[in-house]
Amino acid sequence: MRYLPKSPADREAMLREIGAASIDDLFAVIPEEFRLTGDLDIPRQMAESEIVDHFKAAAAQNANGYTSFLGAGAYRHYRPVLIDTIVQRGEFLTSYTPYQAEITQGTLQAIFEFQTMICELTGMDIANASMYDGSTGAAEAVMMAIRVTGRDNVLVARSVHPEYREVMHTYAQHQGHDAAEVDYIREGHNAGRIDLAALEAAVTGQTACILIQSPNFFGTVEDVAAIAEIAHKNGALLIVSIAEAVSLGAIRPPVEADIVSLEAQSFGVALSYGGPYCGVLAAKEKYLRQMPGRLVGETKDKHGRRGFVLTLSTREQHIRREKATSNICTNQALVALMATVYMTIYGKQGIREVALQNLAKADYAAKSLSHSGKLLFVNTPRFHEFVLQTDESPAQLNQRLLDQKIIGGLDLQKWYPELGNATLWCATELTTREQIDRAAKVIAAAPALAVG
Amino acid sequence: MSTVTDSKFTGTPRKVTPHITQNEALSFEKSSPGKKAYKLPPLDVPEVDPAALLGEAAREDLGTLPELSEIEIIRHFTRLSTWNYAIDLGMYPLGSCTMKYNPRVNEFVSRIEGIAEAHPYQPESLSQGALQVMETLQNCLIEITGMDAITLQPAAGAHGEFTGMLLIRAWHESKGNARKHVIVPDSAHGTNPATAAVCGYEVINLKSNADGGIDVEALAQLVNEDTAALMLTNPSTIGVFENQVHKIADILHARGALLYMDGANMNALVGKTRPGDFGADVMHLNLHKTFSTPHGGGGPGSGPVACKKILEPFLPTPVVARNAECQLYLEFNRPHSVGRVRMFYGNYGMFVRALAYILANGPDGLRQTTEDAVLNANYLRAKLEDLYDLPYKTPSMHEVVFSDKRQTKNGVKTGDLAKRLIDYGFHPYTTSFPLIVPGALMIEPTESESREELDLFIDTMRQIAREADENPELILNAPHSTRISRLDETTAARKPILRWKSPTAE
Amino acid sequence: MAYPAQYRYTREHEWIQVDGSHGTVGITDYAQESLGDIVFVESPKVGDKLEKGKVFGSVESVKAVSDLYAPVSGTVTAVNEELANTPEKINTDAHAAWILKIELSDPSEADTLLDTAAYEAFVKEETGH
Repeated sequence: MRYLPKSPADREAMLREIGAASIDDLFAVIPEEFRLTGDLDIPRQMAESEIVDHFKAAAAQNANGYTSFLGAGAYRHYRPVLIDTIVQRGEFLTSYTPYQAEITQGTLQAIFEFQTMICELTGMDIANASMYDGSTGAAEAVMMAIRVTGRDNVLVARSVHPEYREVMHTYAQHQGHDAAEVDYIREGHNAGRIDLAALEAAVTGQTACILIQSPNFFGTVEDVAAIAEIAHKNGALLIVSIAEAVSLGAIRPPVEADIVSLEAQSFGVALSYGGPYCGVLAAKEKYLRQMPGRLVGETKDKHGRRGFVLTLSTREQHIRREKATSNICTNQALVALMATVYMTIYGKQGIREVALQNLAKADYAAKSLSHSGKLLFVNTPRFHEFVLQTDESPAQLNQRLLDQKIIGGLDLQKWYPELGNATLWCATELTTREQIDRAAKVIAAAPALAVG
Repeated sequence: MSTVTDSKFTGTPRKVTPHITQNEALSFEKSSPGKKAYKLPPLDVPEVDPAALLGEAAREDLGTLPELSEIEIIRHFTRLSTWNYAIDLGMYPLGSCTMKYNPRVNEFVSRIEGIAEAHPYQPESLSQGALQVMETLQNCLIEITGMDAITLQPAAGAHGEFTGMLLIRAWHESKGNARKHVIVPDSAHGTNPATAAVCGYEVINLKSNADGGIDVEALAQLVNEDTAALMLTNPSTIGVFENQVHKIADILHARGALLYMDGANMNALVGKTRPGDFGADVMHLNLHKTFSTPHGGGGPGSGPVACKKILEPFLPTPVVARNAECQLYLEFNRPHSVGRVRMFYGNYGMFVRALAYILANGPDGLRQTTEDAVLNANYLRAKLEDLYDLPYKTPSMHEVVFSDKRQTKNGVKTGDLAKRLIDYGFHPYTTSFPLIVPGALMIEPTESESREELDLFIDTMRQIAREADENPELILNAPHSTRISRLDETTAARKPILRWKSPTAE
Repeated sequence: MAYPAQYRYTREHEWIQVDGSHGTVGITDYAQESLGDIVFVESPKVGDKLEKGKVFGSVESVKAVSDLYAPVSGTVTAVNEELANTPEKINTDAHAAWILKIELSDPSEADTLLDTAAYEAFVKEETGH
C-alpha cells in the first residue's frame, strides 16, 4: 500500500520489540466472534491513474459546458488562481487546530486577519474563526440569541433561504423552542421584503430574536433598520443572515443587527456540489461570551513579541462539556483561509468593483428576461438575483433551456407555490452579456400556450 | 530570534536544525491605497448607478481592507505558512485527532471541473456523477461500519453526533416517549455531553472502572426506562477496546435504550471489526480522521452518520436513491425524517476525497492501515513505558495514554513536556485529555509514520525524560527554538483583542 | 494565606462574611490557587434570588471554569463591578475581592457552614497532606 511507510521487515522487527508473535496478538482484545476474517466488500485497491479516471468519468456525467443562472445560496464567482496555490501548501493543508500557538502562528495570524476583515465588511465588533456553513451558522445564531435573552420564541422571515429555515427548525424543535415564520409582501411597495406589519403583530415579550436574510432568498434587500427597531423595541435581538458575501461590496452592512451570520462561499470557494463552504458569526461586542465557535486573539510572549492564540476557549465543549455554548468542535479553517486570501486579493476596492459588476449584470439580465415574463418585486432594491414569473411552467421552460445547454433559474414551486410559475435567477460577474441574450432568446421563443 | 545551541539541550536534536524564517506583518499593516492584485474584465453590459438602484441600501466604503499587489500577497501567505508545523513536515502525534497523511490525489480529483464547479441545484439529470460518488461512498462506509443505512449530511464529527442523537430521539418519540437522559462515560470527549444537552437530554456521567473502561455493573444499575442511549467511544479515549461492548449493547437494548458509538477512533477498527456487528445502533465517522481528508488548520470536517435499519426512516432529508430507471435522485419525501441538519448535501468535497482514499486502499490496504496504526502505537508504548507512567495497563489500540506522574515531581507537567517536543522538531501529543488521566500525554502516531520517524520520536521522548530529571528549567521554558516563546494567554483572555484596529483610527 | 476567622466556608470553596442578615461572598484562596490566573467572573444581577447550594455563576481561568455555589439563600443586593475589568484581584487577594453581597432569607443557614478550622482541615484533606 503506497501510503504506508513500512517494509515487511520493519513490521516483523517492531512486533518482536513489542513482544507480539503476530499482528493478530494486538487485536486479540476484540472478542473473536466480532473479528472480521475476510475482506471488506468494497472496490479493490486502485492505482492513482485509475482513481483519476474514476472521478473524471463521474465528472463527465455532471453538467459540463453549460451556462448557469443558478444562485440561491451557492454562487459562481471567479476564484483567483492564487487561492488554490496558497491553500495547497502543506503547512496550511495538513496542520490542525492551532492548539500549540508557537508552531501554528501562520494559521492563527490568517484567522486573525479573517476575523478583522469580516468585522469590517459586516459592521460588527467581533467575528469568530468560522462555522460549518451559513445554514448551521444561522441556527447557532438563533441558539445564541436564546441564551442571551433567556427567551425561547423565534421569529424567522419566510424570505430566508428555505433550507436555512429547515436547519433552524431541526435545531430548535428538540429544545422546546417555538419558531414561527413571518410572511413577505407580495405586491407594491416593499414587495419581496418581510411584512413589517405582520412582524409587529407577531413579536412578543417572549421573542428571543428575529432572523432575516439580506439580500434575502429572492435577492431583495431587506429594510434592516426598520426590522431592528421592531426587534429592539421588544427586547429581542436581530440576526441578519447573509448568504451572498459579495453583496457586502455594494450594500450597506447590517450595522443595526445584533448578530450577523455570513456564508462566505462567494469569497473564492468552489461550488463543489454544496460544500464545504464557510459560515461565520459576527456580533456586537457585548455578546462575546455567548458566541459559539473558536476565536483567535492577539497577545505577546515574554519578550514582548506579538503573537496570536486561541482564546476564550472556556466557552467551548472540551471544557464546559454539557454546559458549552454549542457542541461545535471543528470549524472550516481551510475554507476560511480561502476567503481570507480572496478578501486580501480583491481588497477594499476590488470587492466593491466585483459587487458593482454583479449588480450591473443582474440588472441587465432582469431587464432582458422581463420581456418574456413578469419580474416580481421590481420596486424593491435587489442585489444579483431576481424572480421571474412566466406563463410556461418552470419545468418546461428549463427543459427548453437545457436543450440549448443553459441551466435556467431555480424552480420556486416547491417552497413558494403561491408565486405560481416562478423561477429564481442569478447573474454574477462571470455571466456574460452573450449568455444572457441567448437565454432571453430561448425564453422568448416559448411555444404558444393557452393562457387562462 | 533565538537559536538552538547546545546549551539549550541536554540531549541532541537529531531531527531538526534551526533555519531562518521571514518576518511578516498583518496584511493591513502592509497595505497602501491604490495597490491592486486583481483585474476585472471590462463590463459588457451597461454600467449601473448603485445609488439609483439601491437607494439607502447602497454602500460607499468597505472600511479597513488591505490593498496589496499579487507578489506581496503570495509572500504574505507563504511566509505565514512557514510558521506552521504540518503532517507534511513530520510526525504529528496529536492523540484523538488522527493526523495521518493527506494524499494529494484526493486534492486533485476534488478539483476536476465537473466536480468542483457542480452547483447543488443543477438538475439531477446533470448530477449523476456527483450522486454516484455519494452512493459509492455510502456503500463503502456502510460495509466498513456494518450498518444498514447512512447520511453524509453532517458537516463534522460533532455535527454527526448531533444528527445521531436526533435519530435516537426520533426513534424513541415514535415509540411514544423521547426518554430523559443520556449516559456519557467520564472518559468521553467534551462534544458527547455537549451534544446530548443540545438534543434536550439530561447528561448522566458514568465513572470509568479501574481499567479506564465502562463499568458494566454500574451501567446496568444506571440504565432504566428513562435512558435514551449510552454514548460510547470505542476504542475509548485511552485507546482501549471495550471488549464487553456486546454486553453493554445487550444491557441497553434490554431496557429499550440504544447504543450510540462515537466513531472518532474508527481508524483502529476498519477492516478488523465492525460496530454494526458488535451492537452499535448508530455512529458517526470523521472523514478528516479515519479517511484522510485534510485537517486544514481546523476544518472542514465531515461527519457521516451510519445506523441500523430501525433508525433509517429518521435520517435527514434528502437521501440519495435510485428510481425505477436506475437513475440516481435525491429523495425528499421522508415523513419521519428528523429534518435537515445542513443546507444542500453536506461537505461534498470531503466525500470525493474520502472515496479517493478508500479506492486507493481497497480492502487489503484499509486493513493494513489499521494494523500499522495499532502496531505503531504499541511500539511507542513498549519503548517508552519504562520512563513514562502508564496509568492503564490494558492493551492499547491506535493510541497510548501516559501520564506525567514521574515528571511532576520535578515540577514538569504534560504541557511542558509537550512544548519541549517542539524544540526537537515534533508536534506535541494531545495534553490533559482524557480527563480521567490526570496530566495525560495522549499519543497517536497513526499508520503514516515509518519506523525511522518513530525511533526519532522515541529517542526524543527519552531525552526529554532525562532533561526533566537533570534540567527541568529547560523544559519549563520551552520551546526555545520557535519564532515566539510561550504566549501570555491570560492577558489574551482578560482583555481580548480579536481584530486589528488601525493605530491612527479614532 | 490565612483564612479569616470571622468568615464561614463551603465545601465548594466559597467564603461568606455574615453581618446580621447581610452577607458578602467570594471564593477562597485555595480556590483561586487551584484555578490559576482568573480571567473572567460571571456574576448574577442585583435582585436575583439565590438558593443555597445552587449554582449562581462561574469563575474562569484560561483553561478551566468552575461553578460558584450559593453558600446561603437570599437576594443579591450588590455585585462587585470591579471584577469585570480586573478579575485578577481575586488572585491577588481572594478574601478581599468579594463577588457579591446578599440579603440572607434565613440568617441561621450560615451556621451550617464550615468555620475556619473546619475549612482548613477540609482543604488539607483535599490536597492530601
